[in-house]
Amino acid sequence: MNLSRLKVIGAGAAVSLLALGAYAQDQISLTVVSWGGAYSESQQRAYHDPWMAENPNVRIINDDGSANALASLRAQAQANNVTWDLVDMLPSDAQLACDEGIIMPIDHDEWLAPAPDGTAASEDFLPGSLGDCFIPQIVYSTVMSYNTEMFEDGKAPASIADFFNIEEFPGKRAIQDRPAGNLEWALYADGVPIDEIYETLETPEGVDRAFAKLDTIKSELIFWTEGAQAPQLLADKEAAFATGYNGRIFAAAEVEGQPFGIIWDGQLVEWDGWVVPTGTRNLEAVKEYLTWATDTQRLADQAKYISYGPARASSADLVGEHADLGIDMSTHMPTHPDNYTTPIILNNDFWTDYGDELRERYASWMLQ
Amino acid sequence: MALPTYAGPLERIWYYAFRIFCGLVFFSLIAPILVIIPLSFNVQPYFTYTREMLTLDPDGYSLRWYRDFWNSAAWMNSIRNSVIIGVFATLIATVLGTLAALGLSRKEMPFRGLIMGLLISPMIVPLIISAAGMFFFYSSIGLAGTLPGVIMAHAALGTPFVIITVTATLVGFDHSLTRAAASLGASPTTAFRKITMPLILPGVISGALFAFITSFDEIVIVLFLAGVEQRTIPREMWSGIREQISPTILAVATVLVLFSIALLTTIELLRRRSERMRGMTAQ
Amino acid sequence: MAQAALAPAASPTDPAPRDMVTADGVPLKTSLKRAERRRKITAFLLVAPLLAFIVITFIIPIGQMMWRSVDNPVIVATLPQTADALADWNGEDLPSEETYAALVADLAIAQENRTVGQLAIRLNYELSGARSLVAGLARRADDMEAPFREAVIDNNGRWGDMQIWHILKREARPYTTAHYVSAIDMRYNSDGELERQPTTQRVYVQLFLRTLALSVAITCTTLLLGYPIAFLLASLPMRTSNLLMIFVLLPFWTSLLVRTTAWIVLLQQQGVVNELLVWSGIISNSGRLPMIHNAIGTIIAMTHVLLPFMVLPLYSVMKGISPSYMRAARSLGANNWTAFWKVYVPLTVPGIGAGAILVFIISIGYYITPALVGGQSGQMISNLIAFHMQNSLNWGLAAALGTILLTGVLILYWIYNRIVGIDNVKLG
Repeated sequence: MNLSRLKVIGAGAAVSLLALGAYAQDQISLTVVSWGGAYSESQQRAYHDPWMAENPNVRIINDDGSANALASLRAQAQANNVTWDLVDMLPSDAQLACDEGIIMPIDHDEWLAPAPDGTAASEDFLPGSLGDCFIPQIVYSTVMSYNTEMFEDGKAPASIADFFNIEEFPGKRAIQDRPAGNLEWALYADGVPIDEIYETLETPEGVDRAFAKLDTIKSELIFWTEGAQAPQLLADKEAAFATGYNGRIFAAAEVEGQPFGIIWDGQLVEWDGWVVPTGTRNLEAVKEYLTWATDTQRLADQAKYISYGPARASSADLVGEHADLGIDMSTHMPTHPDNYTTPIILNNDFWTDYGDELRERYASWMLQ
Repeated sequence: MALPTYAGPLERIWYYAFRIFCGLVFFSLIAPILVIIPLSFNVQPYFTYTREMLTLDPDGYSLRWYRDFWNSAAWMNSIRNSVIIGVFATLIATVLGTLAALGLSRKEMPFRGLIMGLLISPMIVPLIISAAGMFFFYSSIGLAGTLPGVIMAHAALGTPFVIITVTATLVGFDHSLTRAAASLGASPTTAFRKITMPLILPGVISGALFAFITSFDEIVIVLFLAGVEQRTIPREMWSGIREQISPTILAVATVLVLFSIALLTTIELLRRRSERMRGMTAQ
Repeated sequence: MAQAALAPAASPTDPAPRDMVTADGVPLKTSLKRAERRRKITAFLLVAPLLAFIVITFIIPIGQMMWRSVDNPVIVATLPQTADALADWNGEDLPSEETYAALVADLAIAQENRTVGQLAIRLNYELSGARSLVAGLARRADDMEAPFREAVIDNNGRWGDMQIWHILKREARPYTTAHYVSAIDMRYNSDGELERQPTTQRVYVQLFLRTLALSVAITCTTLLLGYPIAFLLASLPMRTSNLLMIFVLLPFWTSLLVRTTAWIVLLQQQGVVNELLVWSGIISNSGRLPMIHNAIGTIIAMTHVLLPFMVLPLYSVMKGISPSYMRAARSLGANNWTAFWKVYVPLTVPGIGAGAILVFIISIGYYITPALVGGQSGQMISNLIAFHMQNSLNWGLAAALGTILLTGVLILYWIYNRIVGIDNVKLG
């Protein structure tokens, strides 16, 4: 009897050990790299938290490393020690990483869920947004914004041309310390039609023209590096104008109540989305998560927390009110018809080809 | 350097001008550090003194930024990381550095100049270059983004300080003392414990403190080497400053200032003790 | 162990007759030598663990980084046949049909192995637009047929220019100077000759010069502010000077980020200083002074950060100057000023040298403070190294810039060592 009892205990112990082992094996932690701040928070609330609630064995760790993601991805690949599972990136960086082979090529229709009406994913995502290794999540835009308190009533700037007009609209202007966007705006303000901007920039004369236009406001320029600095500079009145990501400007204006106005004219439209590092240890879990997190409903959900437009056409109608403020978010989307009148779509191919040279010239110009 | 009673008017002017100038410099050294302390108690999220604060109205003050700090998982995690990294880096740096200093202080040490140069180099090479080199190398051996990686990097940065402080206590150390002890039958361990150790102890401790503060305050290497799980206090402050200076940072800064006052006091006491001891051996 | 092995060779069976001999019969000379050797080994063994640790954790990484500045593996690895074919190219006419054929063959393989992207990125550093030039050809390479020269030029006319071929011939080697060429604002022109970059593209030389200028400015301000207070500290009685020393040491021990934060709080547009100035009516509300996010911000904050490094060496030198020198000078008829200028100041030169070089070395490689308060005009070379490390991914260029900076610092350090001696560095 003793023996059999022992056996029972032994069997019980073995079973519980097995169960423990299985439990431990099933525990997956995914390191998801993103931009931090309000943006990561919107992903946390729209994607990560619900996914973890549905899949208790998955733990998602947020790493605010997107700003330096390229360097880290390359280092991880060279070390053969890939610790990241999913990275939020700009398409231009994704292009470079894809060329290097450090992120995975993606078969869109295999990886991504179709729209509720059955439209294939490759058709449902906004035209031109999908990349070889890139799954877009949002459409965002870099917009011109200004502090309304720094202009007299009835004299608010309304166009990119106004931004370049320091006589009528005096004050410091904060722009990014990178050329992308700024050169496009300079040409646009100088009268180049939007669809000819990149052709013009491919010629040396076009580049000279853009810099000459920037020279006219150079005395009033200050430069920012990180996305969060733009609203901060405006709020502190260090600058009257600042270029900034529309989501951050929205958050500062609507959530914190800062007196900011947005100039939608010439908004610089770009995507932002997911890439998967080559060599991730949790590929299956990542794929499962991605299929779900980029479906029509989820992309629309993210717009509840931040004013970036969903990258799927089918999500547009589902965009509703802000989760905490109850503001109708659709009018704050860059893609809302009222806002999307004169957009400049950022040309990533152009910037991958000419970026190095133009960045050096821009750096040299900033120094002078 | 008191003003002599027979000083002429010009000398007087010079004397007071000089004193005032020095006073201003001392003021500008300490004022920036002190100015943030009251601001960290500001009830408003501003970096200026509000009217309530200036009139010493208690409603103008609050501990809310300290509560923010205390309740933030990210900040608490960064404290834990800073302490773990600091303690282990200090241990490695102190043990290895003290041994090396003992070797280097011997006359017989071969290639002394060259080796000293190599060992001191982490202090001389600009941090950005150290960080770049370590980033490449540590990534290639899988140490980037791990606690041991950051600890090793910080230990390397800390050792020069230990070497310098311990070597300083050994200046004028008469090695015949240990030999005398040996000839009187003391084992090398006993000789070390009874003779060398008491003498170098202040140097070892202040070297360890230097190594600790170097690690505790280091940010460039952390920026390059550490992942999100290894963020330290300075790293957390860095993103705070770059993104948005919330008064929480001022609360953290105040805590750090108090911490450095404690450290400074310890160092000062050690220095005095060391001077006393060396004064004794010189006699 | 080494001594044990030595022992038989120096056995007492072979004593030199006239040498002095120790009690156990070993010649004294040998015995002394052996003891000396043993002490050398003990000394070295004490140092060895740290030496090994530093070499592995520090010296090798730095060396590897410097290596990266000349290392050039991508092109040779991806275009081996093209490199061979180009070896005999005269550089005057377009390359031969075989070279074009080799290029197409190489690119077809690279496309299949997904290594073409690295090649494209590497070549784009040399020539803007080379990325799409290479990528465009690689996509078609598999279906191309002879004659390859026409087919390739047909794919993109730039393959008919000499420039890309000069670049390929020059860079299809395992080592390159290209990163150093970029780092000193030079470039190869379309004929493959070295020339300066056009003025609009010059960045690095100017930035090096600015880094030097800012470092000199910071060194001067620290000297200007540090000398008087070091003098005061050295001449006051011990009790008072120890107390005042806290003013120097507390900033020294306070976290760098705390001090930088403090300056941001003080100097920004809505900061304490501007508020005070507006409140006292010295400036108007719209005329707030821009004191931060520019070179001024960098200089102010870094002066504060580095002042202790100037004061401490000055103080220790001044402390050692006997007041009797000044008294002697005055008793010989010099007035206060002459005595100070002709006698005291020359005696403090070693301290000035030590402090100045120390501050200069530290400031020339500074990264954090300029990045946080420097804006654009306050950026230094370190900030650009970080940029190329983390954002542009041009690690070769980052390594070249770093190596140049490191060389400069090491030269300065060598001078410092000659003047002061690293053994004489005092802390705290």
